[in-house]
Amino acid sequence: MLNDWLYLAIFLVLCFALPAMAIGIAGILSPKKSDPIKNSIYECGPEPVGESRIQFKVQYYVYGLIFLVFDVEAVLLFPWAVAYSQLPLYAVLEAILFIAILAGGLFYAWRAGALEWQ
Amino acid sequence: MTAVKLIFLMTAVVILGSAVAVVSARKIIHAALWLVLTLLGVAVMFALLESSFFAVVQVLVYIGAISILIIFAVMLSRSSFVDEGSQTHRRWWIAAIGLLVIFVAWVAVLSLWPQWSVTSTPLPATATDLATLGKQLVDPNAYLLPFELSSILLVTALVGAIFTAMERKGDQP
Amino acid sequence: MSFIADPVNFIANWLTTVLTGWGASASLIQIILFVIGAGLLSLGPLLLTILLIWVERKIGGRFQDRLGPNRLGPWGIIQPIADMLKIFTKELITPTGADKVPYNLAPILAAGSVIAVWAVIPLASTVYGVNINIGAVYILAFGALGELGFIMAGLGSNNKFALLGGFRVVANLLSYEVPMILILLVPVMFSGSLGMNDIALSQTVWNVFLAPLAAIIFFITLIAENARAPFDLIEADSEIVAGFNVEYSGLKFGFFYVADFLHSVTAALVFSTLFLGGWRGPGAETYPILGFIYLVIKAAIIYFAILHIRFSIPRFRIDQMMSFNWKFLTPLSMMVLVTTALLNKLVPGDLTLVRVAVMWAANLVLWVAADQIVKRVVKKQAVPEVAQPRPLARPPQVGTNDILGG
Repeated sequence: MLNDWLYLAIFLVLCFALPAMAIGIAGILSPKKSDPIKNSIYECGPEPVGESRIQFKVQYYVYGLIFLVFDVEAVLLFPWAVAYSQLPLYAVLEAILFIAILAGGLFYAWRAGALEWQ
Repeated sequence: MTAVKLIFLMTAVVILGSAVAVVSARKIIHAALWLVLTLLGVAVMFALLESSFFAVVQVLVYIGAISILIIFAVMLSRSSFVDEGSQTHRRWWIAAIGLLVIFVAWVAVLSLWPQWSVTSTPLPATATDLATLGKQLVDPNAYLLPFELSSILLVTALVGAIFTAMERKGDQP
Repeated sequence: MSFIADPVNFIANWLTTVLTGWGASASLIQIILFVIGAGLLSLGPLLLTILLIWVERKIGGRFQDRLGPNRLGPWGIIQPIADMLKIFTKELITPTGADKVPYNLAPILAAGSVIAVWAVIPLASTVYGVNINIGAVYILAFGALGELGFIMAGLGSNNKFALLGGFRVVANLLSYEVPMILILLVPVMFSGSLGMNDIALSQTVWNVFLAPLAAIIFFITLIAENARAPFDLIEADSEIVAGFNVEYSGLKFGFFYVADFLHSVTAALVFSTLFLGGWRGPGAETYPILGFIYLVIKAAIIYFAILHIRFSIPRFRIDQMMSFNWKFLTPLSMMVLVTTALLNKLVPGDLTLVRVAVMWAANLVLWVAADQIVKRVVKKQAVPEVAQPRPLARPPQVGTNDILGG
């Protein structure tokens, strides 16, 4: 098992090091002629107006919360899915109950209007 | 296994360093990004403990969901990009000395305890077997009740979150 | 083991004997082999991208009734190499007020997290990075890291459009992860392992035959996770210019581009492994190179399907996308998961044909039911037409002073 992780560690370091090195090389090769107009942020041509760090809609956050709940649910279901072939029927029904309760949560979110994009 | 120990120590330094950076970062959005590094370090710790599933779940849930949500929660406030100035108190050294005393005292007390140092035994092959965990989760004699309760807990969290986050009629727009 | 049948392991064995002859210890040889293997496997996707750019531009050109790149070399095949050389010498402009660390880290995270997925994809029966017992969740986890890269790009750029693109990550990527994770449980259930090679190995009957609806849902969510049209909200050029990567230039932009192109071929490989049997095919066990060829053929078909959809279907609106995910895909994938789990337990596994027939029937019933419900709901909520479209685009009163009329 640790052998696998040793390989993964080498691999992951390379995965992120290769793009970083390439960008580093490009940084050496590329010209560096900065001026304030070129560096100003892009807003379709006109000069930038106001602050660029805008506040965002709470809606995104609600979707994020619903996602989090389902993410945690799936993590609990993965070991069950691995053991699935060795499980009796009632164990499958238990997991279905687990999913059904969460489906109730989704149904609540639907009725509360949290899934409507405003 | 000196290589494993070396990686452990390096990871521990990264975790502690980034954890300090979380509380001392001047911009609140940077604190959220440092937290990601801390959580990544914890994932490496899980991998070192040969617990692959939890290492990956750590990345999936804590980095992929929770820290993204934290970043978004931070961005709900307009001042998240503003430099908040120094995060340290004027008399931070008093707290540091106090913590050091408590830490030394703890270590002293714990070292008197006979079970303080134990030699680690290698895990049996079934310990990392996911199927065992899966069977235990739905076994009525083991963790069935916590398993189902966690589902209810998740739904409760969902309902609570939606109830607080949604604009209701009569609220300010 | 001959060279033709299994070149990778043949070379690995040969290297081992050579190194042992030089007196290297077993663990050192292991590490050397790991470094070589990891180096090749991480460099391979990056080089493959060069070819992919040409393929995608060429196919895209044909779809849009033009030639695509055709000047440099035969069929313009040298064009992406020239482009790559050029992008290395382009200036890396950092916008004023950018948050340097997230801004520079974002393209590395985006590209690296796609390449990282390749470690667990079995390329042939004996050729894979690792067959770690959590491969499927590993893929999800690195997908999540890539999302973080997009968010960091949006945060760091100090640009309104980039920030909007970053917000849309939630709508586009996070949301579609929900049905994806739920559907991923189906192949895991069939094979009893999270290891990708175990999943490929267990498919005596391809999973797509046992769970066709699951495969379709998984395919749709894969496209959404890739942020490919029609789900490319985070980089919608006509709405938010280029989304999260608007302030990037030179090779920093190049790596977002690389991540984008690699995403679709990685998705094709993941889909082929999970639902189309991966490297499985006649003779693939004895001749691993055949397995590699089978995998390439399967992945190429899926890749072409992704491209076909990209060039054929216009982008969804954000509200349509959210409704489609939360009100259609998520409930449907829950139903698919529950039905598959129940039926697979009830129907004995040794009767393959019966099993396949029952699964197809159940999937068909589910699909028809979902389709009918959606049709009813849509009819109920139908928006009345604002105005009748005019057949001709000219003012109704030609010849009067009222030129602007109509």
